[in-house]
Amino acid sequence: MTETLRLAVVLAAKDLRVERRSRTALVSAVVFAALVLVIFNFARDPATVTAKMLAPSVLWVTFTFASMLTFNRAFSLEKENAAIDGLLLSPMPRGALFLGKYLANLAFVGTVQAVTLPLFVLFFNVGLGQALGGLLLTIVLATIGFVAIGTVFSAMVVRTRFADLMLPMLLLPFLVPPVMGAVAVTTRLLSGRPLSEQMAWLRFLGVYDVVFLTICAMVFPAIFDE
Amino acid sequence: MTTPPPATLPHLQARGIERRFGSARVLRGVDLTVRAGQLHVIAGPNGAGKTTLLRILAGLSRPSAGTVQVFGHGLREHPEHRREMGLLSHQSLLYDDLTPLENLTFAARLYDLPDPETAARAGLERVGLAHRADDPVRRLSRGMIQRVAIARALLHQPRIMLFDEPFTGLDAPSAARVLEVLRGQLAAGAALLVVTHNLAEVWPIASWVSVLVGGRWVIDEPRPDDREAFLTRLHEALGD
Amino acid sequence: MIPTLDDAHATIRRGLLITALALAGVGAVIVMALWMTPTEVRQGLAQKIFYLHAPSAWAGLLAFSLTGITGGLYLWLRDPRLDLFSEASAEVGLVFGVIVLTTGPIWGKPIWGTWWTWDARLTLTLFLFFLFVGYMALRNALSDPAERARFSAVVGILGLLLVPFVHLSVYMFRTLHPQPVLLKPSAPSMDPRMLRTLLTSVGVFTLLYIGFVTTRYGLSLRREARGVADGD
Repeated sequence: MTETLRLAVVLAAKDLRVERRSRTALVSAVVFAALVLVIFNFARDPATVTAKMLAPSVLWVTFTFASMLTFNRAFSLEKENAAIDGLLLSPMPRGALFLGKYLANLAFVGTVQAVTLPLFVLFFNVGLGQALGGLLLTIVLATIGFVAIGTVFSAMVVRTRFADLMLPMLLLPFLVPPVMGAVAVTTRLLSGRPLSEQMAWLRFLGVYDVVFLTICAMVFPAIFDE
Repeated sequence: MTTPPPATLPHLQARGIERRFGSARVLRGVDLTVRAGQLHVIAGPNGAGKTTLLRILAGLSRPSAGTVQVFGHGLREHPEHRREMGLLSHQSLLYDDLTPLENLTFAARLYDLPDPETAARAGLERVGLAHRADDPVRRLSRGMIQRVAIARALLHQPRIMLFDEPFTGLDAPSAARVLEVLRGQLAAGAALLVVTHNLAEVWPIASWVSVLVGGRWVIDEPRPDDREAFLTRLHEALGD
Repeated sequence: MIPTLDDAHATIRRGLLITALALAGVGAVIVMALWMTPTEVRQGLAQKIFYLHAPSAWAGLLAFSLTGITGGLYLWLRDPRLDLFSEASAEVGLVFGVIVLTTGPIWGKPIWGTWWTWDARLTLTLFLFFLFVGYMALRNALSDPAERARFSAVVGILGLLLVPFVHLSVYMFRTLHPQPVLLKPSAPSMDPRMLRTLLTSVGVFTLLYIGFVTTRYGLSLRREARGVADGD
């Protein structure tokens, strides 16, 4: 178990180092997020639709699509020079491969969110105030599950010719339940409702995370078990 | 060529390997044994199943039937024995954005070597690339990349080495380097398995030759002394 | 392990027979719905579409569940026939899904004034439709049959797990966000004759699913059997 954790951290650290050197996925995702926010701001009639009405949906659509851009990085990196064979040949358990890639993906998605949230507050003039703590909790809960699914699907689609098209096609249906919950909670938090009233959706998100993280960890080895 | 008496467990042994899916049969009952200090060559036309066989022997694929044992242990039941294996492929298995030092340190950590960075530096010294340790692999020449790949493959001192078309697309000095690695490993008592089109290169140091056609051995014997006669038989077997 | 041509043909024949029976059953259900079931007072004659529409959604869900379950079994047992069945079930499910998604709006628009409603049944079927399409697209993008089987199984399992979450989230969305009540073909109250027609229809559509999937599976077996005859 500790060996799995150690190897996962080694793998994630390597991924982060590669990204720091090449800067491809993260920069694209962040720029994309900023552009989406800008477009949404202009893609409404300010007389009839206030920024406030649209804000929660915009935030979550932006998070979702920008995060998806980062997923394919994890395994296309290993496809070059067949580096994946180096990993599979080593004593590293497949669980460590999943965990390592999952942790790296969480780091990337977290970074995208950390940059997008302040931009969102700025562009949409949203007062977070009391809602910040609850919002952060919601973001964490809504992210854990779908990053696990994204990790599994990206490992598979990288073997196809149109990985960047296949990934959204497979992944988007899975994003609807957590986004629904996240938008519902975000809307209410931004309207000043207390966190304690959002327990039903938060529990929903939590169960979603536990179920999918577990099942993804269980089916992931089959992807590489030729 | 005498075979050493089988006093110990062979380094690598495969029995009854089959690989099929539905009606497609890629491997139909393949046996193989490689012992210390032996070089086993596998040749055959494309699509005969050589790559599939190699991946099964490396523990990367599972056979539909049959067993693969490393020092008497199956890799699925004893994944820790993976550390006895190394792979040198025509692909480098390296990360182009990282430096040779970073690549080797990562590999050292994967194999849980004590003091990974020192091991990595030593590995680079051995292939004469200590002076380029901090240049991203992307900026190295093909020959240098190959040397880093060799360093990576040998880093954890595997006792079984698998070579997947190691001579493909190499110029003479690089091919010579691979041959040097093969000789060195044999001398150190490793068991070597080489999948190649290029029988001529490894002929002098090979102990055993097997030719795979349509998922089966059509030739499977100790490497004979008369190369010409063998090549004639080989052409007949391949139906050239 | 490798199917023979005879096995394949027998399976296809059985499938076609069951399908024919089921289609006759569909005819019977239509008769039952029109002449042997009372008309719902508020919604009128058009409500009777429900007796075909809802069981189609049920058949789609059944198809999808079996795709997921046989996918899981494949990962465990690695029997290629499980993968063939999984694929057959997905294709059949896609057909049922398309039926639900097209008949719903086509009848809905002239009667209730709207092409689409986000009610639980239509929404879930829409999700199943997307999951089926994704499943088939992934299969088509993979050439190695063993890889295709494994990856499809993963998508099938995860998709099956998604279904209860979609259902639950739609329910929570609607109860926590009251929506205008739209008249749509729905299960009316308890009249036993309505229940009888509905249950009969569910049974008939289940049979139709079995017929379609058996035929489709038989066609896959035939392709495999022919592969052996030509190849090796």
